[in-house]
Order: sequence, then C-alpha cells, then structure tokens
Amino acid sequence: MVELVISGNYAQSYAAKLARVQVVSAYPITPQTSIVEKIAEFVASGELPAQYIKVESEHSAMQACISASALGARTYTATSSQGLLLMHELLHWASGARTPVVMGVVNRAVAPPWSIWTDHGDTISQRDTGWITFYGESNQEVLDTTLMAFRLAEHPDVRLPVMVTEDAFYLSHTVEPVDIPTQAQVDEFLPPRDLQFTLQPGTPTRLGSFVGPDLYMEFRHKIARAMERSRRVFLEIEEDYRRITGRSHGGLLPTYRTEGADTVLITMGTATTTAKGVVEELRERGKKVGLAKLRAFRPFPVEELRELASTVDRIGILDRSFTFGAAGSAYTEVAGALYPTPHRPLLRDFVAGLGGRDITPLTIHEIFTELLAGKGGEVTWTGLKTRKEVA
Amino acid sequence: MARLTIPAIELMSSGHSACPGCGAPLVMRYLLKGLGPNTIVTVPACCWTVIATPFPTTALDVPMLDNAFEATGASISGLRAAADMLGLKDVTIVGFAGDGGTVDIGLQALSGMLERRTDGIYVMYDNEAYMNTGVQRSGATPEGAWTTTTPVDAVSRGKAEQKKDIMAIVAAHRPAYAATVNVAFPEDFVKKVEKARSIHGPRFIHALAPCPPGWRYSSEKTIEIGRLATDTNVFPLYEIEDGKYRITRKLGKAKPVAEYLKAQGRFGHLNEAEIAEIQAQVDANWKRLVTLETLP
Repeated sequence: MVELVISGNYAQSYAAKLARVQVVSAYPITPQTSIVEKIAEFVASGELPAQYIKVESEHSAMQACISASALGARTYTATSSQGLLLMHELLHWASGARTPVVMGVVNRAVAPPWSIWTDHGDTISQRDTGWITFYGESNQEVLDTTLMAFRLAEHPDVRLPVMVTEDAFYLSHTVEPVDIPTQAQVDEFLPPRDLQFTLQPGTPTRLGSFVGPDLYMEFRHKIARAMERSRRVFLEIEEDYRRITGRSHGGLLPTYRTEGADTVLITMGTATTTAKGVVEELRERGKKVGLAKLRAFRPFPVEELRELASTVDRIGILDRSFTFGAAGSAYTEVAGALYPTPHRPLLRDFVAGLGGRDITPLTIHEIFTELLAGKGGEVTWTGLKTRKEVA
Repeated sequence: MARLTIPAIELMSSGHSACPGCGAPLVMRYLLKGLGPNTIVTVPACCWTVIATPFPTTALDVPMLDNAFEATGASISGLRAAADMLGLKDVTIVGFAGDGGTVDIGLQALSGMLERRTDGIYVMYDNEAYMNTGVQRSGATPEGAWTTTTPVDAVSRGKAEQKKDIMAIVAAHRPAYAATVNVAFPEDFVKKVEKARSIHGPRFIHALAPCPPGWRYSSEKTIEIGRLATDTNVFPLYEIEDGKYRITRKLGKAKPVAEYLKAQGRFGHLNEAEIAEIQAQVDANWKRLVTLETLP
C-alpha cells in the first residue's frame, strides 16, 4: 500500500485503474474533467489496458458504457451536473438492462444561473433511476467506495449500476492523503466480471426487448428486490474490503457520537466533516448531540434510520438541494422512513450550502441552536441572504 | 445451373411481427445473409423494436441489444470496444436504425461514431417517416409526401421540405465505406454488405425500405415500388469506397418520376406542376451524383 496526496477526482481515477476497467467512455465537464484526464493518461501510458471511447456527449457516454457492459466488459464513466441530467434517460436504461456500470459523479449545481459549485440537485434528481448511489465525505472514502461499487454492481444478487458522488471542489479539487491499495489486494477483493446474462456471439438472445402489461411490473419488481438485496450485499462487501485493506467506512448510515444523544443531525457528503467538529464542541459543552451521515441515498438506509430514531427526540436534516413544491429530498425521505415507526422524533429540514455556499461551523451551530430549541418552521433555509444583503 | 448469388443462410426467422409487405424485414434478412452468424445487432426505438417480437422471443438468430433512440452510434462504439477488450476480434458490430433514429434524433451519435472511426456498420433502413408511431414526417421524408404531421389540406401540400441527404452527411465524415441499397435489388444489396463486411472502419448502409401503410400502397407492391424508386433515379444505387463514388445501377434512360409518385397514395394529391418540380429536383440530384462519380 502506498499513500498518495491526491484529489477526490484522482481517487476516482486510481480506483478505476485498480479495478481494471476495460471500457471507459466519457465526455468532459467541469469539475469532472481531471478524473477522465487521469484515466486517459493511464491508458496512454499502457498502465491501464482499456478502451477509452471519446464520445461526443454524456448521453452517448452512458449508452456506450451500457452496450459495452451488455457484452461483458467492466465499464466506467464520470460526469457532473448538466452532463448527468443529459444522461438521465440512459440512467434508467442502465438499471433496466441490469448493466453493472460504475460512474463517478461530482456533485455540482444545475443551471441557470450557471454555477460550477457544490450542490446535490444534480444527483438527487436522479434518485428514481434505479442507481445505487453513494455520497463521499473524503477522498479516501471516494476511492474505497468506488472499488466496492464495482463488486456491488456486478454481484449476482444485485446487477445494478452504481454511482459514487463527491462534492465539487471540496473533494474534486482538494488534495488529501489517500492510501492506495496494492493491485494484489484489489485483485483479491474484485475478481473479473462473470459473463452470465451478457450477449454471446452466436447465441440468439435479446437484451432489452419489449413487454406488454402482463410482464412489465415483474421486471420492475426484480429491480426493486435487487436494490433491497444490495443493502446486505454492500455490508458483506465492505467487511471483505476491511479484511483485505483494513479500512471500512461504516455501512449505509455511519454515525458519530450518537451514544446517548437526544438530538441528531443528518448530513450528506463533505458537510459531514464540518458538522463533526461542531458536534465535538457541543458535546464538550454537555449537549447530547450526534450525527449520522447518509452515505447511501439509494438504497435509502431505512432500518438504520429507524434504529437511530428510536432513541432520540430531535432530528435535523441538512439538505444541499431543494425539491420545489416540497422540501429537501433527504428530509422527505427521512420523514417517510420514520412515519411508520411508533416513536417519531421532531424533524426539521435545514436547506443550506446550495450552489457552493460554504457550510461553515457557524452554519452548523446555527442549525443546532434552532434544532435544540425545537422552534421554527418545518423547513428553514439556513444562511439565506436578506433582500438588503443581496442588493 | 445458375450460381446462387444470395447466400442460403437464414439468420432471421419468418415468425416476426412486421406488417404485410413491409420492407424492413427484407433489409434485416439480406443484411444478415451478407454478414453471417458472427454478428451482434444493436437496435434503437424503431419498427424493428416491435418486428423482433416481444420478450422472451426473438426473430433473430444473432444477439440483439436494444439501445436508446438517439444513441445507436454510441452503442456501436461501446460494443466494439467491449468486443476488442474481450478478444472477440472477428465479430461484426451492426447498428440497425430507422430514418428518424438516424437523420434526426440519432444524427449526433452517428456523427460521433463515424468521426471516432469505430470499426462497425451503421445500417439505416429508410421508410421515409416515423412509421412505428404512425407516419409522422421525418427529415428523411421526401418533399410533397403526405404524412400525419404534413397533412394535405387547404393550405398544406404535404411535406414542404426536401429529404435530408444523409449520404452526403456521412460522406463528409470520410467513412471507410458507404452504400445505398434497395430491397428490390437483393443481389446488389448482398454484394455491398459482403464488401462492407470485408472492410474495417466506420461503414454506413442506407437501405430503402418501402412501407405499405405509410406510403399508402397495396402490400404486394413493395418490390415493384422499390424498383421504381431506383429506376426513376429517386433512389440511385451507389457506393463510396475510400471517397470514390461508384453508381452500381445505371439505366440508359431513367423512367419518369411520375410513375413512382402515382403508384403511392402519399403523393396522390400532387398536380402536374408539383410533379414536374420533383422531376427537376431528381434530375439535378442525379446529375450531381454522376459528376461525383467522375471525381478521382
């Protein structure tokens, strides 16, 4: 194992190389570009024996990955924001065709107005596409989760595409020390793809096809079941990863200082690290606060959340995107998960950090103050400027 | 005994679900005769999505992958890349798309595949409108044709614009090989497919596929109308190999376009002046093609 000081984007690139991806198909978009530039270097130097298809759009990038995957190749692509939105049709296609494509996504705001900064609106709006989706907190977690993503996607009980997301610039362009597993370790962890259910020349099979109302529901239900199975499979995979590399990142809903907590903040991505520092401070001041991180948004960690919620009085949810006409998506998902439980803590939604506005320790303090007081409205836009401040 | 010029192998079964008289299954049948069994076909939304028959059946004896409407070119590139990585060097990758899926919504992906020099064959079967959705005009619909979105009424005379010249667009990408084929000329069709198979690089085949319900003619007349399309110079048969044009069927004197137009209900409203205008356009296109053939 070596330690390199690399960006979140390079963490993606190194993971793809270590996974021995066979087909990469990508189109450039800020802030994703250095992921695919690095992979292009790996391919150009011969370090990564792969086909790199320089497509003319993200839509084609995903189609090329799906088709290559249908024939049995391990495939990878990466994108962000508008590029992810252009892929939307093909995201449904990848899960519908059960092709285990792995994709890195840099979370970036959606235009207009143009913004290249962190926001979860791009990935959250893909939540119904049948992709297993992870939000990374650190460059190390991004690398490790990407390696796990290949094994999860290709697992015979799952066979679904997986996206591993990282926040724009906070991770994508910030360097951190990252332990790079050896190729031997990764090879032990991640065997080559099995070629069951792939197209075989000479064998008359059709992948995709069409069905009437007599079968469509059953196809969808199979995806639903695979997504359910992915919860267990992921935990097994992460345990195996820990056995080989010594590292694990705590499953679908890692928690921090939740022992004896009466108030918990739920975060996603890089805001988690900031919030951990604030939790630490508040704990020192005797506040019984803790934190849980939505590492996976799909499958949504329903059971883990219910267990956590059963012992707390208040839960705040930090949403880095907003669903117009409703609330932040993490909030509505948490509320939906907890409604059928007998003990329903007070829930508050805090929308913050849109379009790359920094979520600072002060922001988190403000959120905890409101949350601990249990006052205010159901949804609060934290850090919103007044009309005067904007002018 | 005459030598059979059409290979006997059948890689498409008769149990498909095309309309009676449909030209599209003939395109697939002749194509696969020319390509043989070591072929993978990728198909977007088009009539063939349905013709291939629903899950769990298939009308093809080769693997078929469904791809998104606008992404056939990308699908060919993806399959080729995977085949190369998996050691399937000899497999022929074929995209099989309709005219709308090619000249309209799929043009970008086609251009990308050609520009990337993907080693694969893109086949456009051209029934000159969105037929699977029920006869809406496409960029490949010829001028004057009735469709459901170019009705013939008080202030509308069918499609007002000319057919998009996809062969010229493809030729501008300098493909390894490009050809027009017509289901009414199977020997020419198969010969070109066999030639395409022997060449590596991006290849394109533009196949005319007459459509009885869309063109409004009786289903037994598909071959007759197909022949008229070529023999009136409306749909000339030619190929482009390494940039060099070669017309593969030349008549001393072409038949009048009116014969072709009057055989189809979609042109039934055209008056003599309109027919003369179309004749002039066909003559000009032919003259241009003959000139292209003289270029080195």
